[in-house]
Amino acid sequence: MSSTFDQVATIIAETCDIPRDTITPESHAIDDLGIDSLDFLDIAFAIDKAFGIKLPLEKWTQEVNDGKATTEQYFVLKNLCARIDELVAAKSAGA
Amino acid sequence: MQLEYFQLIDRILDLNIDAKTIQVEAQVPEHNTIFEGHFPGYPIMPGVLLIESMAQTSGWLLLALMKFERMPFLAAIKEAKMRGFVSPGELLTIDANVLHEGSGYAMTEAKVRVGGKLRCNATITFSHIPFPNQDLRGHMDAEAKRVGFPQQAIVHD
Repeated sequence: MSSTFDQVATIIAETCDIPRDTITPESHAIDDLGIDSLDFLDIAFAIDKAFGIKLPLEKWTQEVNDGKATTEQYFVLKNLCARIDELVAAKSAGA
Repeated sequence: MQLEYFQLIDRILDLNIDAKTIQVEAQVPEHNTIFEGHFPGYPIMPGVLLIESMAQTSGWLLLALMKFERMPFLAAIKEAKMRGFVSPGELLTIDANVLHEGSGYAMTEAKVRVGGKLRCNATITFSHIPFPNQDLRGHMDAEAKRVGFPQQAIVHD
């Protein structure tokens, strides 16, 4: 988990030019770090590449828009990292 | 190339679904009002139109990969480099390949060459959504015929 967070935090810091030490597991990518949807595509690209997965951004966005999920569930970094770990595990199980 | 209608691609030369690559051709017109202003006495193809030509090339590739079920829209340009002038009357060969296919977005790399020499290149990000209406879908079908989109490329797989 901490390893995933460290990687994601580094990706965000480098992609969006945000000081690394301001990024915590509790940070909300949109509300706290000010990352917009376009910038998040760059982050998603880097995460997809780094972890060998495909973040289901469309599904997440649809769930938020439909009121079936909150942005916190996907965009607070500790939750995002948990999702990434799940996707990596699912990929490993399917491999 | 019909600049007034933003039709920058004339024909698809090659489309490889497996390799996720495309090559197209685009004939820059000898005369156009754009060249009267860009620039008087020294007409060259505006860089933004070269970028658009790379975006349209990539767009055809993504349309093919998504089997014309979704429409890609330009979202971001990275590392666009204008390496040499493009003059009226020159024939462009534009290549594009997919760098990454994400969820609801894709990234491509594209290059414009004239006579085999690289004139510009860019890395391009697209967001894509299901076709918003039948008008746009119908327009893209008509455009596909105009540029010789190889329908067989997306039928058999």
